[in-house]
Amino acid sequence: MTESLLTPPTTPASANTDKVLLQLTGLKKTYDNTEVLKDINLDIQHGEFITLLGPSGCGKTTLLRLIAGFEQPSAGAIYLDGVQMAGLPADKRPVNTVFQQYALFPHMTVAQNVAYGLKLRKVPKVEIQTRVREMLAMVQLEHLANRRPQDLSGGQQQRVAIARAVINRPKLLLLDEPLSALDHKLRLQMQSELKRLQRELGITFVFVTHDQEEALSMSDRIAVMKDGRFQQIGTPIEIYETPANLFTAKFIGETNLFKAEVKGVYPEQPDRDGRVTNGRIEVEVCEAQVQDGPTPVRNLRRPDFANDVQVGDIVNLLLRPEDLRIYDPNDKEHGGLLGRVIESNYKGSTLDSIIELTNGHIIKASEFFDEDDPSFDYKLNEGVKVSWVDGWEWVLPEEDIH
Amino acid sequence: MAHTGISNKSPFRTATLWLIWGWLLIFALLPNILVIAVSFLTRDSTAFISLPISIDSYVRMIDPLYFDVFVHSLWMAGITTIICLLLGYPFAWFVSRMSKRWQPLLMLMLILPFWTNSLVRTYALKLLFANNGLINKSLLAIGIIDAPIDILYTQGAVIAGLTYLLFPFMVLPLYAVFSDLRNDMLLASQDLGASKPQTFWHVVLPLTTPGIISGVLLVLLPAMGMFYVADILGGSRNLLVGNIIKNQFLDARDWPFGAAASVLLTLAMAVLLLAYRASSRRIGKTDFSEVA
Repeated sequence: MTESLLTPPTTPASANTDKVLLQLTGLKKTYDNTEVLKDINLDIQHGEFITLLGPSGCGKTTLLRLIAGFEQPSAGAIYLDGVQMAGLPADKRPVNTVFQQYALFPHMTVAQNVAYGLKLRKVPKVEIQTRVREMLAMVQLEHLANRRPQDLSGGQQQRVAIARAVINRPKLLLLDEPLSALDHKLRLQMQSELKRLQRELGITFVFVTHDQEEALSMSDRIAVMKDGRFQQIGTPIEIYETPANLFTAKFIGETNLFKAEVKGVYPEQPDRDGRVTNGRIEVEVCEAQVQDGPTPVRNLRRPDFANDVQVGDIVNLLLRPEDLRIYDPNDKEHGGLLGRVIESNYKGSTLDSIIELTNGHIIKASEFFDEDDPSFDYKLNEGVKVSWVDGWEWVLPEEDIH
Repeated sequence: MAHTGISNKSPFRTATLWLIWGWLLIFALLPNILVIAVSFLTRDSTAFISLPISIDSYVRMIDPLYFDVFVHSLWMAGITTIICLLLGYPFAWFVSRMSKRWQPLLMLMLILPFWTNSLVRTYALKLLFANNGLINKSLLAIGIIDAPIDILYTQGAVIAGLTYLLFPFMVLPLYAVFSDLRNDMLLASQDLGASKPQTFWHVVLPLTTPGIISGVLLVLLPAMGMFYVADILGGSRNLLVGNIIKNQFLDARDWPFGAAASVLLTLAMAVLLLAYRASSRRIGKTDFSEVA
């Protein structure tokens, strides 16, 4: 922030603000012949809140450690503001980390913990005092300045850890699952607190988590990782609504997948008025027994991968629980897949039902609770018909691995 | 601790508590009170001790004859402690950072010598150190020396013996604090800009101080008391406080003076224990069990 203004700009300042802060190119990390990270490429913008999301063992923490400098990459480059970081140890990088278990020094007071980085950089005592006071005010911990960290609650320790890191005005703040040790309510509170801090400080955050809800609610962009590779990088909406593959679809939120056979592929064509229409594909849903209505044959918007799709191929139709509609099996107006309710959970605002289709496929539907309809509930084993509005499905190619 | 158990009236619990309290009273508290009491009495040639009460025994400790032994004893014990610390600190650090698979094995090897009586091991050292012992013979054989060098009955032999016997007592508490030292503390320090020496000075050293103090506690005081090491390896010139205490009780028959010398050792222990408590509290530990 202020420091970047003090240094003479090599490029026009205006161009600098929406430029890339961190650039990872061809990053690889190998331990004992095991490739933990395979060809990582990522650009992070100034002021961005980016989340590395993935199951444990996907390499997200290793990537964070490479950026922090605790480990050095086996190959590839890490540019921070155009300066190569690979090869530099952690203490020589303008990057700070908030650790999963906070790693506060138990033999120092809260104020001493926060002052540690400044003290090492030989900042004048008076300045340290003012900055520590300001920082503690920002995280609302002034009254605890002389306590030891172990006498603080989990949420307070968390805030000390953040204060201790950001007081050094890092160009980049790395957060390694910082909320995982907190209980649910505190976690939600800290999520908005972190967002507020990030806005106020204007520091770029790289946040690591395995909690997809956390990732969706906090991030500007999410990088979904699996087996040392990025599966998809995009905004929360892109990741949720248009997942790039089955892994992302299943990992983010709850997902129902319906198999469908391709009946026809129609490329983009100019219509009568000369405008290019979207291409379409025609599929037949091959799930369960079907009764009435438009299912099983559906006419869908042509997906991006359609060039590789031929008639007879199987594709996946992805539908979120809230996209599904449930009808009475005797309802003549709507068609759908037949099944029976095997579980029904009242969640306050929604009614979540688990439905077993006639072919044994288990799906989940989530409907908004209708307070005007007292009979809005399902009996166990009640027969139902499941459908969705055309165009709400997201189409993904069939993959060998599941 | 005891009163938490009283409310629970199980007979087994009550009996256990009585047993523990009884044991501590009879075998720990009472003997210590007796020693303190005896140290303030007067020597008697027939009954060992007699009235009147006096502080003569404590005054006599300033006598150069004894004072020199105290100083020399403290010197040898101090050197022993420093050697144990300088070797044990990196040793404990190294072991605590090994893979979990090797740690138990290394610690087992460390305490394996305990299976042999320490007196026997001291005699074994005597065989090594003697003029025709293994060390001199080997050195002669490779031609480094022409005539046997004096190892046995030197100050060095006593320090070597004490170091050998007491080294594990330095390593065990240090290993405990290093095992508790989380790696992310070191990373956090580095992340905040500390070089390796700075991290050692500001983080590692303060967090392992309780281990250093309790290691010193377990080495320094026993080192001053291990009279048989001085007897077997040191000859007549390298005496320990333990030798004085032993001589006063068994040879000179001056019980009050022997008692006063051992009270002195107990006081030194108390001072070190207080230092340990203070340093433990500083790093936020409330469990002081690893001294015991």
